[in-house]
Amino acid sequence: MVDEAPVTGQIETSDPINYGNDELAVNMERITKSFGTVCANRDVNLQLRQGEILALLGENGSGKTSLVNMLSGIYFPDHGDIYVHGKKVTIKSPKDAFDLGIGMIHQHFKLVDVLSAAENIILGQPGGISVSRKALNAQVSQLAQLYGFELDPAKKVYDMSVSEKQTVEIIKVLFRGADILILDEPTAVLTPHETDKLFTVLKNMKADGKSIIIITHKLQEVLSVSDRVEVLRKGEFIAVVDTSETTKDQLTEMMVGRPVSLRIDRPKTERGEERLQVVGLTCLNADGIKALDDVSFSAYGGEILGVAGIAGSGQKELCETIAGLYPAIGGAVLFGGEYEGTPVKESILGLKPDEISKKGISMAFVPEDRLGMGLVAAMDITDNMMLRSYKDNNGLFVDRKKPRELADRMIDELEIHATGPSAIVGRLSGGNVQKVLLGREIAQNPSVLIVAYPVRGLDINSSYKIYDLLNWQKQQGVAVIFIGEDLDVLMEISDRLMVLCGGKVSGIVDPREVTKEDVGLMMVQVARDEESQQ
Amino acid sequence: MLDVATSLTIAAVLAGTPLLLGALGEILTEKSGNLNLGVEGMMFMGAITGLIGSYSYEQAMLAAGMTPTGLMSALIALLVSFIAGAFGALIYAFLTVSLRANQNVTGLVLTIFGTGFGNFFGEYFGLKAGGYVAVSAVTKAAFAPVHIPVLSDLPVVGQLLFSYNWMVYFALALAVIMAWFLMRTRVGLNLRAVGEDPAAADAAGISVTRYRYLATVIGGGICGIGGMYMSMVTTSGVWVHGCVSGYGWLAVALVIFATWSPLRGILMAVIFGGLMIMRMYVSIPGLPVQIYDMIPYAATILVLIITSVRQNKEHAMPAGTGYNYFREER
Repeated sequence: MVDEAPVTGQIETSDPINYGNDELAVNMERITKSFGTVCANRDVNLQLRQGEILALLGENGSGKTSLVNMLSGIYFPDHGDIYVHGKKVTIKSPKDAFDLGIGMIHQHFKLVDVLSAAENIILGQPGGISVSRKALNAQVSQLAQLYGFELDPAKKVYDMSVSEKQTVEIIKVLFRGADILILDEPTAVLTPHETDKLFTVLKNMKADGKSIIIITHKLQEVLSVSDRVEVLRKGEFIAVVDTSETTKDQLTEMMVGRPVSLRIDRPKTERGEERLQVVGLTCLNADGIKALDDVSFSAYGGEILGVAGIAGSGQKELCETIAGLYPAIGGAVLFGGEYEGTPVKESILGLKPDEISKKGISMAFVPEDRLGMGLVAAMDITDNMMLRSYKDNNGLFVDRKKPRELADRMIDELEIHATGPSAIVGRLSGGNVQKVLLGREIAQNPSVLIVAYPVRGLDINSSYKIYDLLNWQKQQGVAVIFIGEDLDVLMEISDRLMVLCGGKVSGIVDPREVTKEDVGLMMVQVARDEESQQ
Repeated sequence: MLDVATSLTIAAVLAGTPLLLGALGEILTEKSGNLNLGVEGMMFMGAITGLIGSYSYEQAMLAAGMTPTGLMSALIALLVSFIAGAFGALIYAFLTVSLRANQNVTGLVLTIFGTGFGNFFGEYFGLKAGGYVAVSAVTKAAFAPVHIPVLSDLPVVGQLLFSYNWMVYFALALAVIMAWFLMRTRVGLNLRAVGEDPAAADAAGISVTRYRYLATVIGGGICGIGGMYMSMVTTSGVWVHGCVSGYGWLAVALVIFATWSPLRGILMAVIFGGLMIMRMYVSIPGLPVQIYDMIPYAATILVLIITSVRQNKEHAMPAGTGYNYFREER
């Protein structure tokens, strides 16, 4: 830290130790990178010491990935200098990075689906003209065993689980002899158990003398695995601190730029009547395998039902089947209502979305693919409001006045940052897009609200706004079904938590009475009592 | 009956060879992630330049008072048609890889360009030669069926396997070499990675640009050789206006029919060839000949339906084909 640039944040670094340049595995100085008019990094410094784990922390869009992509040769900096092991280098392509011993494990795996694990590992490597599969597989197996990985080298990537794919990625960079490893959001797709395993491997590699950069926005992981933390905000360098000398609150403040309460409310409400009953719901995926297997649960008014599970455990099929977008092969979806004062249940399984709404059932669905399924990116906010209401118009022409008023009101109430109701939705930021979508659905006064991954890709501020909105709906007596990926959030906000595992319900628990580890275990195996029966 | 079957098979092989060559060129191209729909154009370019190459060689030799040899003439036709096809593909590669133009539009434009190129120079040289342009008997003999001692004289088998012109064997060898190259070599593995997932290949340190350029240009050259077959073998060394017409598109269809495998391409090329000449051997009274011409295309649609229903990732178009790659895209 001899020539550190002026710190732009409020918090000064507290580490006065003078490290020579020789001890730095990587030193990036005053790196700037722009994409068109967007500045991804402005005068950012990064120093990675030999044999340490450095966490790179920041919100979405803070420029973490852009910064390390310049180290791995994916992007080329507009200006700034990069030193590797004290020597000034120019990294023009991923190949240059490999030659310098830098290996990156990307958030979106860079693996070729139709090739086997071993084939992916030797891609682009020099060697003889022809490839002997047998010798290659043996070589890869040996390397995998050395670091304690389990891997079938002949397995095709499209047959692999996410954690297997990540293993292939890690072995791929080790095979290339990398001693500087960069991991971009490696835990985003892992279960808590797999995360622990990964961290053990990382610590082993660190003991082996490798220098590691880990990108994340999960504070808990930063504190548990890293030696030092570098914080970025809006493309700018904020601070570097020793992990042992910092706290969650301090890191959040650096990340967001102001103090933020990290507590999510769980307002107490009276549980209402049963609004939605799902019984034995079963459906198949494209390969004919059961994506949902005998799923049964109920959702009540005035309650948030959380749904947890590893990605691809049937969450998508569950919401889409209920919303009438995905075919089921068995089971029932019953909607609770009343007819002339008598409570009745109406079956809505197999009905199309417009048939469901024609029955007068007010159900709102906020899909995970906001700009694909939820909104039309190329249309403005008013037009997107109209998508929900144009069918109410009689005659040839549509009424634009009401949707426009609704758009105006939403921009106001939900603090949507947009130039006005005629702002094109595709040009809004992720948080604002989500507010438009959620706002429109809430405006329908639904009695059941299904939200899938509502805070994915959103920064902390927007996320808390969304949590507030969901809690507000719950207090209005709406039955909210919240499909989420961040277990910490689900544990805090849900009144009840349903855990899915491989399309089956492994349990519905009260999050106040179980630990995160319990839920993590349920995510990988169906309830124990069932197991003991086998 | 046996005679009809034998002669149908022989005719099918002869008609299928240019399709196989065009398809091999296109398989190599698509394996790199470029969907070059300009096969027809590149075949036209190869057809006219191969013919003119041989013709010019003969004329130059005669003018110098020497006798042209068939071997030289054939080699020149091979080389020149390869260069012409490769040149067409180079235009395509420059537009799509370097300038990132839309692949479909660029390919269609190449087809139109190549067709015009072939017919224009065909007419031009025809007029200059006084009516039509044709190679001499020496060159024609070089493209005639070979006669291998003993083997060619075997009953039936000799006729079925050992009585074709050299280009048939050339195409077969090329298919086998390409299959080995794609599945068994390091460079082939890298090429497949580029076509399937250029971002992954790039991250693994493979130059996507270099692989796409090379595969596309060499693939285009092979298509050009396929075109040369049309002008030298199918029309016996005489330029016939629009002689390639339709064969390039059938070659593109054949790539799908062969599910991107050079070895399956051999078999499928014979089937396609058979379907094309069937009207001359099997006549069903009352059935218009146009129906016969439709069969290869109908078969291709069938294969497309079957492959899309099966959703097998390995016998399908490489996932990155049709999309240009730009590393810094966000």
